[in-house]
Amino acid sequence: MWQFFHKLGSPKWFFGISTRFMPWLLAGGLLLLMSGVIWGLAFAPKDYLQGNSYRIIFIHVPTAFMAQSVYIMMASAALVTLVWRMKLADVFVKAVAPVGLILTFLALFTGAVWGKPTWGTWWIWDARLTSMLILLFLYGGVIALDRAINDEKSAARAVAVLVLVGVVNIPIIKYSVEWWNTLHQPATFKLTEKPSMPAEMWVPLLLSVLGLYLIFGWLACVRMQTEILSREQRTRWVKEFVTKGRV
Amino acid sequence: MNAEARPAARLASTSVGALAAMKGVFARDMRVAFRQRQDLLNPLLFFVMVVTLFPLGVSPEVSFLSEAGAGILWVAALLSVLLSLDHLFRHDFDDGTLEQLVLQPQPLFLLILAKTLAHWVLTGLPLVMLTPVLGVMVHLDGNSIAVLCLTLLIGTPVLSLIGAIGAALTLGLRSAGVLLSLLIIPLYIPVLIFGTGTVAAAAEGASVGAYLALMGAFLMLALTLAPFAAAAALRISLSNG
Amino acid sequence: MHYAHRPDYGALMSEPLLQAVNLQCERDKRILFRELSFSILPGTVTRVEGPNGSGKTTLLRILAGLNDAWTGGLNWCGASIAGQREAFLRNMLYLGHRPGIKPLLTPMENLRALMAGRRPVSDAALGQALEGTGLRGFENIPCRNLSAGQQRRVALARLLVADEPLWLLDEVFTAIDADGVKALEALLQQRAAEGGAVLVTTHHDLALPGMRRLILGAGGSFDER
Repeated sequence: MWQFFHKLGSPKWFFGISTRFMPWLLAGGLLLLMSGVIWGLAFAPKDYLQGNSYRIIFIHVPTAFMAQSVYIMMASAALVTLVWRMKLADVFVKAVAPVGLILTFLALFTGAVWGKPTWGTWWIWDARLTSMLILLFLYGGVIALDRAINDEKSAARAVAVLVLVGVVNIPIIKYSVEWWNTLHQPATFKLTEKPSMPAEMWVPLLLSVLGLYLIFGWLACVRMQTEILSREQRTRWVKEFVTKGRV
Repeated sequence: MNAEARPAARLASTSVGALAAMKGVFARDMRVAFRQRQDLLNPLLFFVMVVTLFPLGVSPEVSFLSEAGAGILWVAALLSVLLSLDHLFRHDFDDGTLEQLVLQPQPLFLLILAKTLAHWVLTGLPLVMLTPVLGVMVHLDGNSIAVLCLTLLIGTPVLSLIGAIGAALTLGLRSAGVLLSLLIIPLYIPVLIFGTGTVAAAAEGASVGAYLALMGAFLMLALTLAPFAAAAALRISLSNG
Repeated sequence: MHYAHRPDYGALMSEPLLQAVNLQCERDKRILFRELSFSILPGTVTRVEGPNGSGKTTLLRILAGLNDAWTGGLNWCGASIAGQREAFLRNMLYLGHRPGIKPLLTPMENLRALMAGRRPVSDAALGQALEGTGLRGFENIPCRNLSAGQQRRVALARLLVADEPLWLLDEVFTAIDADGVKALEALLQQRAAEGGAVLVTTHHDLALPGMRRLILGAGGSFDER
């Protein structure tokens, strides 16, 4: 068990194994995302209230959903960093924080675009949009702290503490923001209960969420590999990889 | 140097109790602060000035101020606590007393709790005491002022406790002050929401007991978790220095 | 406080106080030292030597538990330091580059604050310690009004009330005048005779009889003589 854990934490091992399954992640992700989005945009039925404008949820919901789950994933990795000091967990947090920031921004942007025809204004201080905005701040703080600390080990551990503090706060922030403003639509998509929208709408939505998950996995691997190469540049295996092109 | 006073070298198994150590830290911080009284006034002046900006910058009308007053005071208090946080560990870090604090044979989170308590007594508590005056100036009614003071009394320790984490994380970094604000402001939002929300509820004549209890729960949560996070952050920052 | 392996209190010990096993430290992608193994015995003065940037200060900070960017093993009285941090801290005194003195407080208040979390020391004993470092008459003057050397002496006064068997002293001779240096040398020597262990880094030309030397090479090598 420990051996496996240790191996899992080895950047070299990760580099080798990720190279093998990355193409599958990308291909599967693109396939699912494209089919979900095309189905959603072109073939799913019109919403009887919002007409065609609701179709942006096929982009908005997956990005918003991912933006939150990326933070949870970062928090899990941060815990691993602090408890087991696994190198790969540091690399993961550092590599995916900007991805999370961009996803959060996309969710906010598509939310604003959706808001214009729905509410008649680009921005509304609705509970979910505000929570996303605060999530954007949290991501920004994580990235800023990481950039500010020169020593990468200290940076990784300081960032891990910040991410964990953030994850304890996220439910509190969500709860308080909802209390502050209860005027919003109920969450579109809940795994625990049967969705109220017709299958023609939620199936493509589920497809695009899954697709985005896989694409995120691919992107995380790409960014982690880059980070690993820069961190391990003095090791023999990286030098060999650079000259021979394989691990 | 003569060495008559020094006891012999031998292994010791006991040290001063944690409570005495906390008292020592608290007393030292208070003493240092009162040697430089001018610094104690700065957050208070800042608080008053920020509040002054609103009637000047937005509107001096009674209707606006009495409605927005509680929010203005809360935001101003939050900003002045934020401003004072940079000093929480910085001077100790620069003169080396922070190293000696970490090397005390005591649980570090308790020592940090003592330091944070001193910080609150020196910044948060004076802000609360000044609030009635400013409350009158922004035309809040007596009941609202009382509730506002209560929320600040419960809320400002939370600000100090969460702030200690940020101060510890940004210790010794370039432009630590701005970075500290970026890290901490999002974490302050729930306290701000409930602080001002409670006053709003009171103004509508609703019972505020439940909201105050909820803020008390925030305080308990911050008291139990924040010192551990700040201790971990402090060790990381010192390790880097 | 429980020791995994209970030492004999009060007696002068012959087993190592502190043991480093294969210590390695990397900083900013540069290896400062590797495979560093040594033991610190009671009754010894060890001088850590090496050129600038060889990691002397870092080594002392690692031993004190301030820096944790290292791998390898550190033992205190025969058992890993990790499980007995408070017991270790109780028996270790560290003086760093930064003197650990609050400029706004007087020497007396500074010493009181430094001892507050460790063990009770009477004001009389603290006064005697300040007198011992040549600060008689300066006890109640804020430290910012003292010279750099005097401030350093305030920090050194702690050595005169210290009962900790292990001292880690980083550049303590800085800003101290010739008489002070002589007195400090004598103090270290006497400390070793009492059974204490001292690890010291200094650019000052320190040579005590029986002193051990721990040499950190620029390439991360180690040599103990």
